[in-house]
Amino acid sequence: MSRALPILTVLAAILAIWYAATIWMNATWVFDQAERNGQTVTWAEVIPQTMTQDRPLLPPPHQVAANLWQGIAGQAITSKRSLVYHAFVTFRGTMAGFGLGILLGVGLAMAIVRYRVMDGSVMPWAIISQTIPIVALAPMILTLSNSVGIDGKEVPKAIISAYLSFFPVFVSMIKGLRSPDQMQLDLLKTYGAGEGATFFKLRLPASLPYFFASLKVAVAAALIGTIVGELPSGAIEGLGARMLIGSQFGEPLIMWAALFAAAILAGLLIVAVGLVERLANRRMGGVA
Amino acid sequence: MTQSPVIEASGLDLTFTTSDGPVHALKDVNLTITKGEFVSFIGPSGCGKTTFLRCIAALERPTGGSLTVNGMTADQARRARAYGYVFQAAGLYPWRTIAGNVKLPLEIMGFSKADQEERVRKVLELVELSGFGNKFPWQLSGGMQQRASIARALAFDADILLMDEPFGALDEIVRDRLNEELLSLWARTGKTICFVTHSIPEAVYLSTKIVVMSPRPGRITDIIDSPLPRERPLDIRDSREFIEIAHRVREGLRAGHQDD
Repeated sequence: MSRALPILTVLAAILAIWYAATIWMNATWVFDQAERNGQTVTWAEVIPQTMTQDRPLLPPPHQVAANLWQGIAGQAITSKRSLVYHAFVTFRGTMAGFGLGILLGVGLAMAIVRYRVMDGSVMPWAIISQTIPIVALAPMILTLSNSVGIDGKEVPKAIISAYLSFFPVFVSMIKGLRSPDQMQLDLLKTYGAGEGATFFKLRLPASLPYFFASLKVAVAAALIGTIVGELPSGAIEGLGARMLIGSQFGEPLIMWAALFAAAILAGLLIVAVGLVERLANRRMGGVA
Repeated sequence: MTQSPVIEASGLDLTFTTSDGPVHALKDVNLTITKGEFVSFIGPSGCGKTTFLRCIAALERPTGGSLTVNGMTADQARRARAYGYVFQAAGLYPWRTIAGNVKLPLEIMGFSKADQEERVRKVLELVELSGFGNKFPWQLSGGMQQRASIARALAFDADILLMDEPFGALDEIVRDRLNEELLSLWARTGKTICFVTHSIPEAVYLSTKIVVMSPRPGRITDIIDSPLPRERPLDIRDSREFIEIAHRVREGLRAGHQDD
């Protein structure tokens, strides 16, 4: 209860601001309507009308919630109008990109820790790669993959997603693989241990806490990458496509519902990664 | 007791090149250690006692002179797994149990699974940690962790045990007990032990030979063969002989300092 109270307070404040903004932004439309009909309206009449518009500038929370609920529970999950369906498409893309990003991040980090030349040659490019806005890059990746004959949107989506998600894994794994101190390395040397043993017995297990810490950031990045990948692709599936449809056809409710569905998906993914982390931590003899 | 030299250093030199210029860590070190000896290295920081131990372990490369371990070069001896090394910190892997930690060198050296289990059981018993095999390091006290690290160094049964201030971070009561246990372990296993320490009583209590060193450049100023019997109860430290040896060590340390 002591933990819930501050969270609920913040939530209440956000809702209050949101409702105030809804009235303020949607009132213009109500006044315009009234003027066109030659009527005058009082605030008492305006406020209820700002809450129930079909295409509000800013939909109030309860409308978004209703639409979200309708999208999740009110449809067969195979329906093209079901948010569960679209969320699943996005989830699939996220997992592909996440997996690819992990492989890429861990692989590059291993190479950098092993080969000195890689440190100087790869590291700057990895950092530069993250300074290019993904929104600019995504259409290029889609066009390119199309022109080399890759059908469908799944592969380019996964690449865009991996492009964002590999970086946190990469940076953390470099730090993790280098975390054993000189004494621990010396100890293995006294056993006449080779490079393979040093890697598998010491560097790899020592890096795992860093790895799991990076996964939470990486999974969120993978989700963002997937959604961005769904935006310009002309895709009709996925939460990103849903958002784009909402904005292009002037259906803010669809857009907002998709936005919240994405937030819920992100929350679930982070909780799942946290569970895996806790499980691994317990197997590794952690206190937690 | 055979008199074959296990470790033999003659004219050993080691100069580190640092950004502030060369540092003479070891200068003209001559020492012969025979099988079954317990040799302590004592001296102030920077006297090269740890550096010398690391040379024996082939963790440092001398820049001059000769050094043989078991009749081989230090590096060959390291590859032949001639010694177990105990560091100042226990350095146990937090993700492995105590038994898992002791097993680490055995896994790397390719001992069979059954042999691993048997050896772990035996050395844990030797350091009085039977029954703690399934605990994780954080569940053990500092003294117990250090005992586990000694077990780890003993697991593959090397003839030489190199110990770099293994009890330096422990309090005096725990230290006394571990000193006593180390002596009985030495008596039972007949290993050759090289032991680096800051403490005069510890060096005198444990050793058959005390090597007094002094800094800048790191060198040996005195080598004392202890007349104390191999069997040593803790209260031997109040005996006249003990106090005399301790006095000579202190004099040696002081003489080294006057050279500065």
